[in-house]
Amino acid sequence: MLEAVDIAKSFGEVQALAGASFSLAPGEVHGLVGENGAGKSTLIKVLSGVLRPDRGQVFLNGRRVVVPSPAVARRLGLGTVFQELTLLRWMTVAENLLLDDLPRGRGGLVQRRKLADRAAAVLSSYGVESIDPLEVPDRLSLADQQILEIVRTLRRQPSILLLDEPTASLSAGQVDWLFAQVRRFRTEGGSVVFTSHRWKEVEELVDRLTVFRNGRDVATRERLDESEAVVLMTGRRLGEMYPPVPTATSEDVLLEVREVRSNVLDGVSFSVRRGEILGIGGLAGQGQRELFLTLFGARRAKGGEIVVGGQRRRIRRPKDAIRSGLGIALVPEDRKQEGLLLPLSVRDNLTLPVVGRFAIAGLIRRAEERRHVGELIARLQVKTTRSGSQAVETLSGGNQQKVLIGRWLLAGAQVLLLYDITRGVDLGTKHDLYKLVAELAEAGHAIVFYSSDTDETAHLCQRVLVMREGRVVRELAGAQVEPEAIVAASVMETAEV
Amino acid sequence: MSVVRRSRWSYLSLQQAPLLLAFVMLGITVAAYVLFFDLRLHHLPTAFAWDSTISNALPLVFVAAGQGIVVLTRSLDLSVGGIMDLTNSLAATHMHSSVPSMLLWSLIVLAVGGATGLVNGLLVTVGRLQPIVVTIATMSILQGLAAWVLPQPGGNIPASYTNILANSNSPLGLVFIGVVAVFWLLLRRFRLGIALYAVGNDAEAANALGINVRRIRTSAFVLSGIMSAAAGLFLAAGSSGGDATGGDSYLLASFAAVVLGGVSFFGGRGSVIGVVCGAGVVTLLVSVLFYANVNSFYESFYQGIFLIGAVLLGMVVTSLAQRRARGSLRRSRRRW
Repeated sequence: MLEAVDIAKSFGEVQALAGASFSLAPGEVHGLVGENGAGKSTLIKVLSGVLRPDRGQVFLNGRRVVVPSPAVARRLGLGTVFQELTLLRWMTVAENLLLDDLPRGRGGLVQRRKLADRAAAVLSSYGVESIDPLEVPDRLSLADQQILEIVRTLRRQPSILLLDEPTASLSAGQVDWLFAQVRRFRTEGGSVVFTSHRWKEVEELVDRLTVFRNGRDVATRERLDESEAVVLMTGRRLGEMYPPVPTATSEDVLLEVREVRSNVLDGVSFSVRRGEILGIGGLAGQGQRELFLTLFGARRAKGGEIVVGGQRRRIRRPKDAIRSGLGIALVPEDRKQEGLLLPLSVRDNLTLPVVGRFAIAGLIRRAEERRHVGELIARLQVKTTRSGSQAVETLSGGNQQKVLIGRWLLAGAQVLLLYDITRGVDLGTKHDLYKLVAELAEAGHAIVFYSSDTDETAHLCQRVLVMREGRVVRELAGAQVEPEAIVAASVMETAEV
Repeated sequence: MSVVRRSRWSYLSLQQAPLLLAFVMLGITVAAYVLFFDLRLHHLPTAFAWDSTISNALPLVFVAAGQGIVVLTRSLDLSVGGIMDLTNSLAATHMHSSVPSMLLWSLIVLAVGGATGLVNGLLVTVGRLQPIVVTIATMSILQGLAAWVLPQPGGNIPASYTNILANSNSPLGLVFIGVVAVFWLLLRRFRLGIALYAVGNDAEAANALGINVRRIRTSAFVLSGIMSAAAGLFLAAGSSGGDATGGDSYLLASFAAVVLGGVSFFGGRGSVIGVVCGAGVVTLLVSVLFYANVNSFYESFYQGIFLIGAVLLGMVVTSLAQRRARGSLRRSRRRW
């Protein structure tokens, strides 16, 4: 149906695709798996006319085609949902959905009422009831925006659907919705290319999969178990993905939260001890993000107390959190928007908040700064030059995450709030991050950990609090910390508190 | 279960908060105008006072509407003042008091404006130059051309032309404002209008959706050029003559009107109707300061203070409205 042969594409010195091939059979869902930077997204962009390959050929139904632009790709019957959202943020959902097919009446005037009605009909024909056609994407949640993007692509009735990481921001229920749409699309004769970092999703959905490594396809299989996939993707046997959970926790409570409230939080209380990794679980969007932002001072609390190292502290802005005795630091999932200065070097990003420490009378001692930066880069295993002069934007997501963690370590933060730090990070780097988290706990930091991947929470944390609707509804500790138990507590309507 | 729908009003108040605010500000300025007029002269503004204020506002209404369209596409046009310089000078030197001459020269002037906009647009889109660079250069060129056409202020505009375009004894000016409003409301409902917003929202995404981004951006500059040329005609008619530097002060005033009208400088948000209100506010403010006995020497000082105050107020009101809306939205939304 669709075949890519020996596609190569370089960006400067980085070779994103180095002769990758794969073929999509009619009526199948074909998974592309591999680490970040393995070339999946680049291949999808090449097939969709966003990028032009340096080399290689694309065949559609046996005929060679050239795809110079997204418009041509659409005409050929390819519909793509890209990783980056392409919605028009301040135009209505209806306009976004029907921009290429606006209902027009006399004299070519757009009929607005009809536009909204038709958009509503389109949305409900795909089983989407929660998005209002007159709303603007800017005010929709990330998940709703993603759903809108998917509906917009489906509506054009492509014959081939290309989905690049469509589930990254979706909740479990929404993922089920997407899979139902994909299966319906397949039943109606369409073929699908699907990428995801969540192995379970790939296993559940795809008929066949191709593994990518370093810009090449390394295997195409109908079935593949996870450990074999890991070997193919990383080229090495990882053994245990997760490091052993550190056991030695002291009785020394670093952070205590009492009845914290906000618009979203409904009285959250807990405490974290030195050397402890406390997991925050639950379905997506149950107030976990607000909890992290509130503790960091990026959102105002409406009531409750935050006790840091035995002393009550008012935390109204991030500066208060960082200076609150022991130092509370947040590492968010979206490093681009919350924390890193992308065009600046790794070194500058690491030392920015504390650069004064290396200075005498205002003059920065570069040698001193470099020594600290070098140590930190080595400790965190950031894949960059030892001097740290590389721009942060050229690092992969996981390495950017390490830089952000390193910055807070340098600033002396003892309480680390890690919010979904492995989102969109490749397997190898994920493993590095797990190890780092365990090491930090052993070094005496208190860690509050949230992940959209329940497996991670279960394997890394000694204790897990499950949140629902802004409250902690269940505490799991010791042997109770199992993925199944966390999921059960997340979805059960009447969990004992 | 059907798709969530809310009332038209809730969208109007949310998505159009800046527009509503522009109306409110216009209302307040009108009230202040009436108040200070009455305090100074001990009677309410006469019909003549209203009519001349409206015709005074016309050049700014047109030039700001054009600027607003360009800003909506996330761009800016610094040449609008230069276009007004050249066009009012052309009209003052060439127009005779016969109907064919007035019609012909009006059309020529508008065509000159459109052509200038086309040059701007092509340099920006095909030439891939920054709008600020292109239009600062064309502004300079146009100012030079205007000085060549009309070295000293003067020339002549037929009285009958002034009577139509800048009549201080009839509310004819309102008709022209109405023309701008209707033009915009229609434009918004054509594909071009929707495409203008799409380009301003995200040019790359608009391109991926099959919109010819180059053509749309160029169209915005052409519209701005034509509107600025019209503004030049109104300016010439109002002063019954020409001045090769008469349009210069309108450049910054056009941005003030765009800001007060609630059009986002990041593109894609706002309405030209708001810009028309903004132009009204900027024009009226001068009269208010005059009747409030403010030394005209300090006029720009107070204008600046007012502009910052108005924008700050606008931000506060918008964020409050959005916060309320988020709350109600969350309550009304069904969980997955």
